[in-house]
Amino acid sequence: MRRREFLTLSATSIGGMLVYSLDRKPFRFFAQTEQSVRIPLRFFTQPEALIVAAAASRIFPSDEAGPGAQEAGVAVYIDRQLAGPWGRDRYRYTQEPFEENTPAEFGYQGKATPRQVYREGLKDLKGFDQLPPAEQDNKLRQIETTLFFSLLRRNTIEGMFCDPVHGGNIDMVGWQLIGYPGPRMSNYADVDKHFGEAFRPKPVSLRETPEGNNFRPSEDEE
Amino acid sequence: MKTLPAVDAVIVGGGWTGLLMAKELGSRSGLSVAVLERGKHRESADYPGTMDELDYAVRVHMMQDLSLETVTVRHDSIQRALPMRQYGSFLPGTGVGGAGEHWNGISPRFLPDCFELFSRTVEKYGAKRLPADHSIQDWGVTYDEMEPYYTRAERMLGISGKAGNIRGKKIVGGNIFEGWRSAEYPTSPTKIPYFSALFGDAAKALGYHPYPSPAANLSEPYTNPDGVSRSACFYCGFCERFGCMVGAKAQPTNTLLPLIHERKNISIRSGASVRRVIYGTAGSGKTAQGVTYFDDKGEEVFQPAELVFLASWTLNNTRLLLLSGIGEPYNAQSGKGTLGRNLTHQVSIGAATAFFEKPLNRFMGSGAAGVCISDFDGDLFDHSGLPFLRGGILVAMSMGYRPIANFGILPPSVKAGWGSGWKKAALECYDRTGLIGFSGEHLAYKGNYMDLDPTYKDRFGDPLLRFTINWGENERKMAEFVTPKALELARAMGAKEVSSFPGLKNYDANRYQFTHIQGGTIMGSSPDRSVVNPYLQHWQVPNLFVLGASTFPQNPSAHPTLTLLALTYRTADAIVDRYLKSPSQLA
Repeated sequence: MRRREFLTLSATSIGGMLVYSLDRKPFRFFAQTEQSVRIPLRFFTQPEALIVAAAASRIFPSDEAGPGAQEAGVAVYIDRQLAGPWGRDRYRYTQEPFEENTPAEFGYQGKATPRQVYREGLKDLKGFDQLPPAEQDNKLRQIETTLFFSLLRRNTIEGMFCDPVHGGNIDMVGWQLIGYPGPRMSNYADVDKHFGEAFRPKPVSLRETPEGNNFRPSEDEE
Repeated sequence: MKTLPAVDAVIVGGGWTGLLMAKELGSRSGLSVAVLERGKHRESADYPGTMDELDYAVRVHMMQDLSLETVTVRHDSIQRALPMRQYGSFLPGTGVGGAGEHWNGISPRFLPDCFELFSRTVEKYGAKRLPADHSIQDWGVTYDEMEPYYTRAERMLGISGKAGNIRGKKIVGGNIFEGWRSAEYPTSPTKIPYFSALFGDAAKALGYHPYPSPAANLSEPYTNPDGVSRSACFYCGFCERFGCMVGAKAQPTNTLLPLIHERKNISIRSGASVRRVIYGTAGSGKTAQGVTYFDDKGEEVFQPAELVFLASWTLNNTRLLLLSGIGEPYNAQSGKGTLGRNLTHQVSIGAATAFFEKPLNRFMGSGAAGVCISDFDGDLFDHSGLPFLRGGILVAMSMGYRPIANFGILPPSVKAGWGSGWKKAALECYDRTGLIGFSGEHLAYKGNYMDLDPTYKDRFGDPLLRFTINWGENERKMAEFVTPKALELARAMGAKEVSSFPGLKNYDANRYQFTHIQGGTIMGSSPDRSVVNPYLQHWQVPNLFVLGASTFPQNPSAHPTLTLLALTYRTADAIVDRYLKSPSQLA
């Protein structure tokens, strides 16, 4: 088994946050030693996780419009997805022959799994997390049309807005940003009211509902 | 291979049609019935606590496992077909309840003339108006014959809606263009969320005839004629791709399973993958003797039965007959053979996307809560000067916006796809965007069909089903015609910016376009042009019945579930009232 790797995040950037440990118990991280928290990684090496975190932060930046990929823990989300069944194409039809250069209307026809696409794509981004933001943006513009970038962009959005049970959207920062209340059991009294004005109930995540306590996220499947 | 004790009826597939047939036969005849479902067992009680967009709506947990089996797709008979490696244009279900668990609940009837599409169109416009390569035909059943079965299906599901035509009397507020109905809907319409209400007002102002979408998502508590009670919808917005947390959306697990569990003569075997229908030759005809399947322990077994039903959705119904060698496969070059012909999907486009100044609170909704107009449906408007036939329904649904799917839908004025500028625009648009959708008829063509793929195989080594499918000029022109109407509606709703559907090109197997695949084992009044008769009985094998949308000769604009349930009731009646007394051809 490989050496356990961690993603170290600055505690000041994330505050006290709710994360889900490997045994799927929610607990709240507060600033540990040296103002940082260490999150165990399931797929990435630490240098890879730092690059993914930095790239996701350019796609969905933390700026005057609000928190972004950094605060939401998008890199943690992506790490778990890649470690899980989606990352290894568990549910994809992967029988040969694979055809090259097929029209987009037939969907992705390649052989590479998301894990392989990330591993390959990250090779071109060595040292990315050390670059200043403008140079990071230049670098991303160069790979904008690649499959790797489109996966990274899609996974960043997922990590921003998924239920926190999947490791992203920490403390529901993504949902708070857009006024999404999460899995709210009943809107019966409100659905035909509030016309023309924002109605923003306090978000609730799955694990905070009585029914969602036993929910097992797909990335934890064997 | 082990042979199991014989049953009276074996049903392949435990979705809407399979479980309805099981319940009807099991409770009305006393026959022993075995339902074989390839997927997992499910109960209504499994759903609370599963409102997770990522696993259910993005990773589509409830769908068929494509790693085991998929379809291949091509646009014409010359191309090499490619497998649908991940989900794209439609989402076939699996497991007990099938796609009936994760549907939205939209439950319209078809327009009366859909059942006689060929005759009515020729009568009005002449045969020359039909596309040269069409293979449109009549169903062999009329709307008047269907009406009582529609009523039964609506009462079973408890459809929430507003009638627009009760025995010929037009009622404003309902769909005045619908076929006559014998009674009002079982329950009142669903609540109408803001976005849909805006559409209704705009449609009315433009002189159209808006009506609430008929919904299998109950507006009020309801007990159906079978004595099954369900509670009212909470508008949580987790319908499509989810099982209902509260049982408000009619699903086989909450509507049929409670009745099936009470019957000792009905068994459901999950994890049962049927591979062949076995038949023998008796006298002049063939007789189905049962089916072979791999059970949940991986052992292949033979299940003998007096009656065999295929109720395993369009793909498997067609593929099982092809693999079993029952019926003549369709040959697109010669036009001979009936099995696999008339593959249709549905014209499903986001005709206009509307961007508003005001927030819409779009997280609140229900799978079938919305407002529709049928002013451009079927032949309800004159096509004399138009370059296409038929039409469809324009809708503004409020299904409940979820963020992963909907974050980043932006007006054409925003060019960025990531970074601060994109983020700012996407945050602004997130709860201020709505889609005016259109579902239109897909006509049947000689060149659109299903057969077995020569290259790609399933986990057992059997060939995959191959789609040869494309849009015709009729569908492309229809989409062009309706797009400006949708843009006009969007502007009348007060949109500050709009974007329009770019147009139908080749069939796009990668863009989701409703899970309504029809054809392959079509019904009709002649064995030369159809696989099953109007009672869904196989023309050559009288003890074999095929249920579901695979029997639709072509796609009408409206969604199919209510109609395939109505047809299943009709077949159940014919079997119980006539076939069991004297097993023979019913037509």
